[in-house]
Amino acid sequence: MPSLQTTAELEELREQIRAARDPSKPCIAVCGGAACDGLDSAAVAAAFAAEIAAQGVAAKVDFRITGCHGYCNKGPNVLVGPGDVCYFEVKPEDVPEVVASAAKGEVVDRLVYRDPATGEKAVHMSEVPFYKHQMRILIGDIPRIDPTRIADYLAVGGYSALAKALSQMTSDQVLQEVKKANLRGRGGGGFPAGLKWETTKNAPEKTKYVIVNGHEGESGAFMDRAMLTGNPHRVLEGLIIGAYAIGAQQGYIYTRHDSPSMARHITAALEQAKELGLLGKNILGSGFDFDVELHFDVGIFVSGESSALMRSIEGNTPEPRPKYIRTSVSGIWDKPSNLNNVETWANVPEIINRGADWFTSIGSEKSKGTKLVSLSGHVVNSGVVEVPMGTPLRTIVFDIGGGVPEGRAPKAIHFGGAMGGSIPISMIDAPLDFDGMAKLGAPIGAGGLLVMDEDTDMIEMARYLLDFLVKESCGKCTPCREGMYQMLKILTNIIEGKGRKFDLERLADLTEVTSLGSLCALGKTSSDPLKSMLRYFKPEFEARIAAGSAAGSEAK
Amino acid sequence: MSDITLHIDGKEATVPAGTTVLKAAQKIGVSIPTLCHHPKLEDYGGCRLCLVEVESRGRTNYVVSCLYPAETGLVVRTRSEKVDKVRRLIIEELMARAPDAPELVRLAYEYGADRNRFEKEASFCVLCGLCVRYCAEVKQKHAVGFIENGHVREISFIPEIAAKECWDCQECFAICPTSYAQAAYFLTEALAFPGQRKKESAPIGVEGDRMANIPAVPITFVKRPPASERELAG
Repeated sequence: MPSLQTTAELEELREQIRAARDPSKPCIAVCGGAACDGLDSAAVAAAFAAEIAAQGVAAKVDFRITGCHGYCNKGPNVLVGPGDVCYFEVKPEDVPEVVASAAKGEVVDRLVYRDPATGEKAVHMSEVPFYKHQMRILIGDIPRIDPTRIADYLAVGGYSALAKALSQMTSDQVLQEVKKANLRGRGGGGFPAGLKWETTKNAPEKTKYVIVNGHEGESGAFMDRAMLTGNPHRVLEGLIIGAYAIGAQQGYIYTRHDSPSMARHITAALEQAKELGLLGKNILGSGFDFDVELHFDVGIFVSGESSALMRSIEGNTPEPRPKYIRTSVSGIWDKPSNLNNVETWANVPEIINRGADWFTSIGSEKSKGTKLVSLSGHVVNSGVVEVPMGTPLRTIVFDIGGGVPEGRAPKAIHFGGAMGGSIPISMIDAPLDFDGMAKLGAPIGAGGLLVMDEDTDMIEMARYLLDFLVKESCGKCTPCREGMYQMLKILTNIIEGKGRKFDLERLADLTEVTSLGSLCALGKTSSDPLKSMLRYFKPEFEARIAAGSAAGSEAK
Repeated sequence: MSDITLHIDGKEATVPAGTTVLKAAQKIGVSIPTLCHHPKLEDYGGCRLCLVEVESRGRTNYVVSCLYPAETGLVVRTRSEKVDKVRRLIIEELMARAPDAPELVRLAYEYGADRNRFEKEASFCVLCGLCVRYCAEVKQKHAVGFIENGHVREISFIPEIAAKECWDCQECFAICPTSYAQAAYFLTEALAFPGQRKKESAPIGVEGDRMANIPAVPITFVKRPPASERELAG
């Protein structure tokens, strides 16, 4: 493809791509997301490719492997368009039937989803309970595109926001729009992205950096990976627009080294964007120069902490450094560096396309837009979910998640990943929103929602999360390194029946000092899960300690 | 650069812009405990003992003074109930590692810390990183570094460098708050290059030095095959 010189040329190319495609032609999309891949969706995809050739229907049926469709425990997922007919748990032997009926525009009835509760059939995506309560603004395009082909992204309107920003808006106008949208950082803190951008923009240094934090590293968080692997161009488009608003010349996408498909998709996206002139010098004739490099971590969780991440990009050990000067003023090589999470960047193109007023019409009073949630645990339906901010947790757990399996009662919800918090099920009507969740002690954080049933041992849960964090602490500062380790030892003792009366007091002191005294966000929030469990489930700890000491004295 | 005036424990301090709160406090004779701070080294912020309470624009915050830059009108309190509690806990945590380190014993006395509060797992090192940073920043030899992360992190001398560089330096021994740097060095020497630290002359002119008469031999390291191959061979 030739390098595009103007926004008009981009629109021309888009029209060519669209004209060459027949929207009524059936297209089979096989999910190649992480969970489906684990269920060998590759074999299903290979079967489709072979079957389409064998039946000689290549002219009648399109086929593509896409990123994550979202319904992870029902994989391999297959979606047949137009009309988004859903097939779940597809096996290679189902493939001939699906191909034959797709070619005829029919539905394979025996493979159609049936509601486990009511037995009701749901043929189309919009009817499947898991999907129908969602608002899939960020991830909706993923089943419609092959993430390794920029043409697919252009066909669904990709890079039109970039064209609009570069040709119709000044960098200040772009910034104002994002500020007005009150887009809050999806990485955990919920800090307004526009204000962060402004700080970097106004910092005196001329050299500025923008960075995508794609370092999602904890168990139960998988939505950023789905977004970045399934639609890398969307994140890249957001990044380029941000760089334009801020005045940055260089961008970085920082991600995990151990996700080969993600690395492949990002690499392909960068190459194609460069080839089309959407990256590089004088982008779309605007005079704006910008380039992006992909950078991998060294396999430690703390690499996702902003200052550690920037040390890592510099080529140093990813150890957090003090942040009394913000990285937005002094980041990579002491230059102003604006870091946003994958999901934050992915929101930018639609804000520019549809405007801040549209964005603020979605969500709750202080948290706007939608939120990606990684739904897992003791829940019937698990996967990547997108809902408007302010959606009650009940909707996510019961309407989308289908409740707890095998008729067991839910006990608690853990939100926010390894540094999040657990709340009792009685709080299930709480809205998913930055400030509300933080007040409950279960901040949105990494965006993982874990449902726990009545048999869950909360002390074991706290121990499990701490065990993860203890191993991921870099070890630089005392409260994080030693404090967490002592907490882990105390919890292990309690579980082993060796708890002692003063353990709760020791835990309270350790959690307080670790959050007050640690150097970086990992340390500061590492004791949040334990704090929330001591807040809501203290009697369980007390009972276990009492039972342990009773058993201990009996033994004597 | 212009000067900045702040208040530390009620006393006025005027320092050049960019000065840390710790240095400002030291300048006016207010003492703040530190373990990982050294005037010749880059500020590190690892031990967190120098945590203080600062009040700026009506907001109270807890920051480590060795890193926090002084700002005009800043009010600093180097002792408060909360500050003392944090320091006490940190001392208690570190005493699980180095229960008898003189500096910790002294601090424990000052802050009423209980050396037996947490389960001991003596490693004799508080991971202040003074030896590592001194060797890298001042001596620029990188003979000692950190290995591993989190609670299993430790310092480790790199035999190839230590054998060449350490015999006439050993300056890190004096700045180590627990004597562990010295122990780690001699352990490395005993295991990796016994008797080879001497080159032309003895480093420290000790009378009756047993090593004084051992001739210098070229240093060679036995390269061990990787574990997987060793298992196969065995």
